[in-house]
Amino acid sequence: MARSPSPSIFRPKQGVDQSVMDENRKLVRDINRRNLLRGTLSLGALTMLTGCTVSDTDTVQSFLRTISAFNDKVQEAIFRPHHLAPTYREDQVVKPPRFNAYYDVEDVKPVDGASWKLELAGLIQDKRPWTAQQIYQLPEEELIVRHICVEGWDYIGQWSGVNLGQFLKRIGADTTAKYVSFKCADDYTETLDMATALHPQTILATKYAREPITDPFGFPLRLRSATKLGFKNAKWITAMEVTNTFIPTFWSKQGFNWFAGI
Amino acid sequence: MSNSFTVKSTRRHRLHPAGLRAMHWLNALAMVLLIMSGWKIYNDEVLFGWLHFPDALTLGVWAQHGLQWHFFAMWILMVNGLIYLAYGFASGRFRRKLVPIRPAEVVAEVRKALAFKLAHDDITHYNAVQKLLYVGVILVIVLQVVTGWLLWKPIQFSEALALFGGFQAVRLIHFIGMAAIVGFLVVHVALALLVPKTIGAMVTGGPLVDDTAPDAVPAE
Repeated sequence: MARSPSPSIFRPKQGVDQSVMDENRKLVRDINRRNLLRGTLSLGALTMLTGCTVSDTDTVQSFLRTISAFNDKVQEAIFRPHHLAPTYREDQVVKPPRFNAYYDVEDVKPVDGASWKLELAGLIQDKRPWTAQQIYQLPEEELIVRHICVEGWDYIGQWSGVNLGQFLKRIGADTTAKYVSFKCADDYTETLDMATALHPQTILATKYAREPITDPFGFPLRLRSATKLGFKNAKWITAMEVTNTFIPTFWSKQGFNWFAGI
Repeated sequence: MSNSFTVKSTRRHRLHPAGLRAMHWLNALAMVLLIMSGWKIYNDEVLFGWLHFPDALTLGVWAQHGLQWHFFAMWILMVNGLIYLAYGFASGRFRRKLVPIRPAEVVAEVRKALAFKLAHDDITHYNAVQKLLYVGVILVIVLQVVTGWLLWKPIQFSEALALFGGFQAVRLIHFIGMAAIVGFLVVHVALALLVPKTIGAMVTGGPLVDDTAPDAVPAE
């Protein structure tokens, strides 16, 4: 019996939900108020510099994104799949970890661990969803590694959880596929290249400093890769898809480099 | 041997050959893009609480655009810079124009400069301070490229990062390198404006010189 391929978890099931506007109200407000004037000033400066008119900035942006895509390729080429990030001592760990998201910490909407499920989609044999309890029973690996943010700050964190490569094998994922994509409870999306997903220091973290992760840091499940910038480490994961189709991510859509390896 | 020497000595060329001028201005463009976009990136997470760069002087609407410009201009700087270094060594230009740098001459030139008695009739000859500044800024740019790669890929190059003292140390070195280049730029542009024919020479090529002119003979 032929089974139809499972639909992408990224395809909206029932049109555009108005709640998206509510959830992103702060972002929209920020764009309107705080940055419009500043943005206009910078656009003006940019215009003088390049000799383009403002209407050409789409062209400039498309050019710069082409370069960014080239930089993705460069990063893939120099990525060392077996090279381990330096690890640190437990007494160097910063507690609690530093918060970062596309909104402030007081706007975090906690996820109910009891009803939470990890949905699976795409090139995976066993797509049965996982409960938090099932995931927390998997063998754990601990990483004490440096978190480096694209902004320039860093700290040492102590994360544990199931190794992503081993989890992918356990669920029968096609590890020759190109990408592993994540969807999060706060509508954040993230996509990892398979080489990074299979790196020994990429885990689905359930604990920080030996304690279950707290709400602001991604309870019940988040990604932690030692070879990616901070923002690649999706929090409050609700679904995972293994795919050969690139799914643009929350930040890549806004112009941040997609690969974002470190 | 002597044949090739004769041929070379009769070849006259512009003080700044066309290729060199193109590299100079391309480097200037890349440098300005890198500095302005770098200030944008810096503003997102400052090293010094008292220092934020004015938005009007930064490049990019938001941080991601600063990053996009930075990681575009770095390729211009690197490719252009590698060609420039290869040319400088292979053509003998570095040997003819930038060395030797004698400390006594540097001191003497600094004294003259402070007394506003700098001689600049002959723009084909670099004085000791100029040599020091040009060699210095070339080395700083090389350091910026190295520390830039380490900041971009601190884990892939974790061994080299450790040699420099870690991520935040390299961030600071990269910042200091920027400050040194900006300092150079201020002096370089100010002096060029004081002696405008140097700017003309970097546009049109300047006077015809030949490689065996007295100032061009390598010492020893």
